[in-house]
Amino acid sequence: MKNVVVEINNIAMTYHSLEGETEAIRNIDLDIYEGEIVGIVGPSGCGKSTLLSIIAGLIKPTSGTVLIKGQKVSKSNRNIGYMFQKDQLLEWRNILQNVVLGLEIQGKLSSQHYEKAKNLLNNYGLGDFIYSYPSQLSGGMRQRVALIRTLILEPDFLLLDEPFSALDYQTRLAIADEIGVILKREGKTALLVTHDIAEAISLCDRIVILSKRPAIVKEIIDIELTCPEGRCTPLGRREAPEFRFYFNKIWKELDIHV
Amino acid sequence: MSKNNMSKEHKNYLTSIKKRNKTILITQIAVLILGLILWEIAAHFKWIDTFLTSYPSQIWRLFINYTKNGNLFHHIGISVFETVIGFMGGTLLGFVVAIGLWWSKFWARVFDPYLVMLNSLPKTALAPIIIIWVGAGYSGIIVTAISVSIIVTIMNMYESFVSVDEDLIKLLNTFGATKFQILKKVVLPSSIPALINTLKINIGLSWVGVIVGEFLVSKAGIGYLIVYGGQVFKLDLVMMSVFILAIISVLMYRIVAIIENKFNRW
Repeated sequence: MKNVVVEINNIAMTYHSLEGETEAIRNIDLDIYEGEIVGIVGPSGCGKSTLLSIIAGLIKPTSGTVLIKGQKVSKSNRNIGYMFQKDQLLEWRNILQNVVLGLEIQGKLSSQHYEKAKNLLNNYGLGDFIYSYPSQLSGGMRQRVALIRTLILEPDFLLLDEPFSALDYQTRLAIADEIGVILKREGKTALLVTHDIAEAISLCDRIVILSKRPAIVKEIIDIELTCPEGRCTPLGRREAPEFRFYFNKIWKELDIHV
Repeated sequence: MSKNNMSKEHKNYLTSIKKRNKTILITQIAVLILGLILWEIAAHFKWIDTFLTSYPSQIWRLFINYTKNGNLFHHIGISVFETVIGFMGGTLLGFVVAIGLWWSKFWARVFDPYLVMLNSLPKTALAPIIIIWVGAGYSGIIVTAISVSIIVTIMNMYESFVSVDEDLIKLLNTFGATKFQILKKVVLPSSIPALINTLKINIGLSWVGVIVGEFLVSKAGIGYLIVYGGQVFKLDLVMMSVFILAIISVLMYRIVAIIENKFNRW
């Protein structure tokens, strides 16, 4: 049995506004195990972002708890990497300074970390851009920098909030492939929110389907693909014979009526 | 691209751009000179009443006179001093207040209607009150200048502070950043373009405050020269002062533009 990294216990969330109250999440239970990538898909506006913010400890749920490595998430103890739709690089800092931003804020920055940051940038093909500014990089490269900025903190767990959706389609396929490979190689545990069913199947070990608001877990699907010629990269997984089956299954479960 | 491997077409392109820029500059200068010559000729042939309009050579003679006896620099010095202090005071105070409002949403909401009211109020209407309260000297004029620029600074800077991408702040929160760190690492740096815009606006506004203040009470300064010249119908003095005012404003604007370029590497 693998170790549980994240335990989401009976989370519910209700928003209050002057117009009334909105039940965003009813009760969500989910365990995420070490080294796995779990995808979350659901109709738009179903509370996926709310769920991520709760897991990250940024907002308090109305009820329920989130444990990460057995500890309740709080401001002081969380060690979570968060990737956004936009790369959120600071335009006035060069790439190296952007990568070490998290360490700087946590007051951990040392010369060793600069070395480590440079090594990571070199390994991920950004060696020539260490002292460039974000505006000089392409969208895909920028998202790669954002990933390195997250990984250098050695988070227990990564939250990926539609990290590829702001990229053009070709870049998106390439970067999703690359980041998927990196996450698997580093043995990272991650939760990926996406609108793209194919992307979810290609990257994830399990996919959680949420219902429309108030969100509950409709189904959890284990993805088991026979990779062609052992190329189990996200791009390779798209060629697996079972791919289409999962696609249709998820599409039907989502039950989208336009 | 290095110069030696430039294609002929590219060379031609560069020359044509340079040529066009040059033509524009020459035309700009020509318009000024032509205007001055026309003015001079019109005055010489009595097409216009020089009592009302004065004329360039007379203004120039007056300028030389005022320069020789050193009076001019005294007046310019005082006005520039008042403007610079008023400009820095208004910008700095406005900036600090804007940070305060960003820090406390409660006070931002409390002060919102007052800011809107103060913003639409012509601040020069306050000048007589300010001068009576603060004193009829440099201090009154400087406070008038501050009052003109501070509200716009608060509103512009606050607007820029709150328009920082929410996800960016969320990112810093996931790093465990304190509110002060968010301010220092993200909110302030991303507001530099807004700050530079505000500086540019404030140069003009501070001059408005200083000139109005000098109109009301002063024994020296460019505003004083203008009022004095107007009262004794010495239009050459008024014209000269306005020209000097124009030149100094442009110079101050250029200084801000140079600062802007320093920040423009990203």
